[in-house]
Amino acid sequence: MEKAGTLKKRSQLQAIWFRFKKNKLAVFGLILLIILVGLAVFAPLLVSYEEDVIAQDVYNKMQGPSAEHIFGTDHYGRDLFARVIFGGRMSLLVGILTVVISLCLGAIIGSSAGYFGGVVDNVLMRIMDIFLSLPQTIMAVAIVAALGAGLQNLIIAMVVASTPWFARVVRSTVLSIRGQDFIEAARACGTPHKRIILKHVIPNSIGPIIVQATLEIGMAIMSIAALSFIGLGIQAPTPEWGSMLSEAKSFMRNDPNLVIIPGIAIVLSVMALNLIGDGLRDALDPRMKN
Amino acid sequence: MLKFIGKRLLMMIPVLIGISFIIFAIMSLTPGDPARLILGEYVEDEAIQAMRDELGLNDPFFQRYFDYMAGLIHGDFGVSWVSDLPVLEEIGSRIPTTLTLAFIATAIMTIVGVPLGIVSAVKQYSFLDTLCVFSAFILASVPSFWLGLLLVLLFSLTLNILPATGVDSWQNFILPCITLASVMMASLLRMTRSSMLEVVRQDYIRTARAKGADEKRVIFHHAIRNALLPVVTLVGLNFGNLMGGTIIIENVFAMPGLGTLILNSLYVKNTPVVMGGILFIAVCISIVNLLIDITYSFIDPRVRDRLKG
Repeated sequence: MEKAGTLKKRSQLQAIWFRFKKNKLAVFGLILLIILVGLAVFAPLLVSYEEDVIAQDVYNKMQGPSAEHIFGTDHYGRDLFARVIFGGRMSLLVGILTVVISLCLGAIIGSSAGYFGGVVDNVLMRIMDIFLSLPQTIMAVAIVAALGAGLQNLIIAMVVASTPWFARVVRSTVLSIRGQDFIEAARACGTPHKRIILKHVIPNSIGPIIVQATLEIGMAIMSIAALSFIGLGIQAPTPEWGSMLSEAKSFMRNDPNLVIIPGIAIVLSVMALNLIGDGLRDALDPRMKN
Repeated sequence: MLKFIGKRLLMMIPVLIGISFIIFAIMSLTPGDPARLILGEYVEDEAIQAMRDELGLNDPFFQRYFDYMAGLIHGDFGVSWVSDLPVLEEIGSRIPTTLTLAFIATAIMTIVGVPLGIVSAVKQYSFLDTLCVFSAFILASVPSFWLGLLLVLLFSLTLNILPATGVDSWQNFILPCITLASVMMASLLRMTRSSMLEVVRQDYIRTARAKGADEKRVIFHHAIRNALLPVVTLVGLNFGNLMGGTIIIENVFAMPGLGTLILNSLYVKNTPVVMGGILFIAVCISIVNLLIDITYSFIDPRVRDRLKG
């Protein structure tokens, strides 16, 4: 029995991969993301954090692209390429981290609400509704500004602001599965709640949730950049795309590259994640495609 | 209809109480003493204590919250801890800027996004459709504040035709409104297009065509009403996000609006101003969502009948 189960599972994953592979845009997104993540992960091998990213060299400030500095240098003479790839480490890591944490919390809240229904559902979701009735940006700004700017507080703010949203997505997915016959069959066989949730509800609802999470990482990267841009996120001199843009704003007239290049980095990573998310959605459920 | 509006207005109360509690808790329970933040690092401890007593900061949390809410019920929003001006006055002077931004941006987003989405769906796979889908996709990946910076770079610093900062004339509003509208427009265009595509495939549209109705009538009389329902919902949702986005965009264009006021008050934990500002935004969003639900009843007769009954 066990063996047949694993075989079936692998073939389904293969089928999804097969459909995903045929979608050229999604594959392009995946390659783009691999390059961006690769640059971020291997950044310390390519450039030196102390010398290129932090150390100032004011004699060489705001130079155009050259063989030595392929994107040129910023207003402190720091290499822009080095700062962009180290900035990517921050942006991508924080983006993925906040989505993973809020997805886990949201999954616990949303699946309990959706599975148990009744009073549990009402209480949990009314609380979530109150959080959701304020725009995410305002909630995140309020929390991080009250706690004080910084990486850790930024992550806390982002998690609090996006958990209710995930809770609602997970709940509606769970609700649509709970109503199906095979869950009723499992209950009739006397399967305990814990086993039904772990073995039946989660595996069946994971697809759409992964799609949402992929798209949400892109949104998180944009929100983190926005919060850092208004001075609430990662603090100088640590490079992060949003805070780099905020520093560059004052030098925009003389050196537009400083504003254009970190922005393109944000756009490319969000675009890659959006392409992958759309591709996954079509691959998981071919009927959705129009 | 009046009964429905009344019911919806009553439903706003628990949500607003919830929001007020969350924001009050965030302001009160996080580290950082407002008295110290407002007076600065170099003030003697006696002065800090005196200010804490004056603002009631030494009272327990729940007592402070209930005091604040009791004031609110009597229409008293309190006094700014920094400027000593009444909160309503302080917020009132900022509201026109932010609401102008939000409403004009919503209007641009709807007036441009929805028709483009419809055309895109009606002429599926045409050049215009490809262009719309492509630009909507790119715009969905662009952070609004960066788009704002690029627009300033192009129109203010390079072409020198529009002002980059301030609120002195109507021209100051052009770039911020376009910035806010563009990013939200992307989702609206995509939603209109896919909703329209779904509707034109349904049987009743085929019936309409079969009985010889011309294409204009099929699209504008039969298809559009059903296709617009999810779009109207999204306009409401986007309005909410747009109100949130003004905090960032006002910063980019250095506009003294409500977002800037809330942000600056957050830094020093000026609680009455933060509470007033955020509650005002929450009320605006609730009212717009109510208007959206009323719009539903004009588009869909089934909703209208339900409201009557």
